[in-house]
Amino acid sequence: MNMAFKQETLRDDYTFSNSPESVRRFPFPFDEDEYMYSVNIEPHDAGPPGSVFEHAIDIDEHYLTECEERRIVLEDDHGRYVALPHMMDAQWDMVELVMTNLAKDYPESFQLTQDGDNWHWVNQPLGIDQKFVFGDTSTLPMEPFEFISRQVQGDWVIMDQRDEDLFADLGIVTGQADWSMAFDAGMSFKEWHAPVPHAPEMGIFDRALKYLLHLQYGSPVRRTNWRMCVNPRLDTSSEKWHLWGPDNVSVTAENVAEKVYLRVELQALFRLPRSNAIAFSIRTYMVSLEDLAKYPRWIKRLYRVLTSLHPDLAEYKGLNSYLPYVLNWLKPQDDGEVLPKGTQPE
Amino acid sequence: MSLLNVKVTAVEQITEQVKQFTFELEDGGKLPYFSGGSHVVVAMDIDGRIHRNAYSLMGPTSDNERYTIAVRKQEQSRGGSVFMHEQVKPGTRLQITPPTNLFAINKLAKKHILVAGGIGITPFMSQISDLNRLGYPYELHYAYRSADQAAFRDQLEKLCGDKVHFYVDDEGRRMNFTELLIQQPLGSHIYVCGPNTMVNSLVLMAKQMGWPDNAVHSEKFLAPATGEPFVVSLSLSETEVMVPGEMSMLEALEEAGIDAPYLCRGGACGRCELEVVDCDGELIHHDVYLSDAEKISANKIMPCVSRANCSRMVVNL
Repeated sequence: MNMAFKQETLRDDYTFSNSPESVRRFPFPFDEDEYMYSVNIEPHDAGPPGSVFEHAIDIDEHYLTECEERRIVLEDDHGRYVALPHMMDAQWDMVELVMTNLAKDYPESFQLTQDGDNWHWVNQPLGIDQKFVFGDTSTLPMEPFEFISRQVQGDWVIMDQRDEDLFADLGIVTGQADWSMAFDAGMSFKEWHAPVPHAPEMGIFDRALKYLLHLQYGSPVRRTNWRMCVNPRLDTSSEKWHLWGPDNVSVTAENVAEKVYLRVELQALFRLPRSNAIAFSIRTYMVSLEDLAKYPRWIKRLYRVLTSLHPDLAEYKGLNSYLPYVLNWLKPQDDGEVLPKGTQPE
Repeated sequence: MSLLNVKVTAVEQITEQVKQFTFELEDGGKLPYFSGGSHVVVAMDIDGRIHRNAYSLMGPTSDNERYTIAVRKQEQSRGGSVFMHEQVKPGTRLQITPPTNLFAINKLAKKHILVAGGIGITPFMSQISDLNRLGYPYELHYAYRSADQAAFRDQLEKLCGDKVHFYVDDEGRRMNFTELLIQQPLGSHIYVCGPNTMVNSLVLMAKQMGWPDNAVHSEKFLAPATGEPFVVSLSLSETEVMVPGEMSMLEALEEAGIDAPYLCRGGACGRCELEVVDCDGELIHHDVYLSDAEKISANKIMPCVSRANCSRMVVNL
C-alpha cells in the first residue's frame, strides 16, 4: 500500500486525486446489477492486505488532506463537533480505540506507550507528541474526543444506548453527505434516519436497531452506503449547501467523467467498553467516473444500478440534476456482458 | 463469537453458599474494560458437554487485570453452579465471552435506585464503582435472608457509605417497596436484581405507581427449564437436532455444532430469537422478552430458555 501521504485540497481548486492503488482498493459497493436497501451488515473482520478492510480503522494516502480539511471546517464552524456531558466515558473509549488501533496497524506513523494511565502518543504525519493521563481531561489541550478525532479520517458519531434505543450524543462530522450533526444531536436512531425513503416501511430500521442494541465488544460490524457528488468535496453538509449545491448543475457532457464522483461510505460500528456506547464511523471514499472506468466490471455494473434505481432513491441521493449526463456517458461502456456477483474490480 | 481464555487465580468462600472467582487472561494480557452491570458467559466442560452460564462482573470497572464473579451454589442446579463450586480451583482454565451489558445505568437519570436481593447484589458491585466514579446520586437497598448470608456487606459499607441500606429477612426487617418508590424524585431510575418474586413485585408496584417503563430496569437471569425431548428441524441448514429433556434448545443446537446467536442465555435480551415455521405441539415460553401477544401467536421462540411439548418443531435457522 502506498503510505506516502499527499497534501491535497477538498475545496476551491480541488487538487484531490486518487493514485492507481487508491482506485484499485476503492470499496465499490454494488455486488449485483440492482440496488435496494438491505440490512447489509457483516462482521468487520480483517480483509486482504492492501484492502480498505485490512485494518479496523483505515488510513490511506489522503490522511493529511482529510485531517487538514477537518481543521478548516472546525475553524469555520465548531458546531460540527457535538459532545453532550454524559458522554465523557465514551470520549475516553474513543481515545483508546483510535490510538491503540493506529499504533498497532501503522507503527511506522503512530506510536503509543502506555504505563498504567500515563500515555504517550506520537503522531508522526501530523507532528504531534503528547503525554497525558488517561481519564484526566486537564492533561490534553482539548476534549479527548476532539483531540483524537482531529487525527483520524472519517466522521464519527458515538451513540449512547438507553431506553432500548441509540442516541447521537457525541460526534465529529465534517465530511458528511448532506446531513447535519448539529441538527441530529441527541436524536434517537429512528429519528435521525427518518428522511431515508422506503426503508422505514421495509422494517430496515427496526431490524438494524435490534441488531445494534446487541452489538458486542470485540465483534465490530460494517456496511457500505453510497451516493454521488460533483467535485471531490467532502464537506457536503446541509449547513454548506449554498456552497456545493449549485455545483450539481455545473455538470456537462464534456466534464461529467472527471467532475462526478462515486462516493462510498464504509460504515463500521464498534461497541465501546467503558461507556457501553456504540461508535459509528463513516469513512468516505471518492473516485471519479473517469478513474472508475479503469475497471470495466465496475463501470458496467454502475450503469445497470443507476438505470434501475428507484426514482425516490435517486432524488434522496441528490442525483437528479446530473444523472442523465452520467447515464449517457456510461451507456456505451456497457456491452451487456453477464457479470458474476461480487464487488471486486476484475 | 470471540472468546477469552482465562485462568482462575483465586477462589474465595464468601458465605456458605457463595464463592467468588477471580479470572485473569491465560497469556497475562489485559482484559477488556467494561461498564457497570456487564456480565460474561462462562463455558464449562462438564463431562464432555459444554455448559454455559452468565455471571455478572463485579468490578471495579477500572481494573483490566482481572475479572471477579460470584456464584451461588444452587440447590436445583443443572450442574453449572455446582461445577463452579466443586471443580473450579485456582489454576483452572475456562473460556469466557467478552463482557456484555444488558443491565446498564441510564446516564441521564436524576437519581439511581438500586435494589438487590441475595446473590442479585453482584451486578450492582460494578455499577456502584461507575456511579461512585461519575459522582451520580444513588442509593442501594440490599435484602438478604440472614446475617450469615450477607455477601459483600463490609465491602459495600466501604464503597457506599451512608448510601447503602440493609434488610435482613430473619431479623424482621423487610423492604417496603411502596415507601421506597414514593419518596423518589421525578426522573429517578430503579434497577432491581434478585429472586423472581422480588423482581416481579417491584416491577409491578412501579408500574402501578405510574413509573415510566424505561425508568424501571430489572435483571433476572432464568435457568433453562427442563421438559420433554423433541426434534428441532432447521429449515435453512436442512438439519435435524434432537433436544433432550434436560438440555435447552440452544444447548442442543450448540452441541450439534450449529453456530446459533446468543447473549444473555436467560430469556431476557432477545438475541437468540428464532422464527418458528411449524410445530406439531405447543410452545412453552419461559422468556421475559416476547410480549404476551407474541407468545400466543407461537411463531417466535427464545431457544435459550424456552422449549416445546411436541414431537417436531421447524425453525428458520
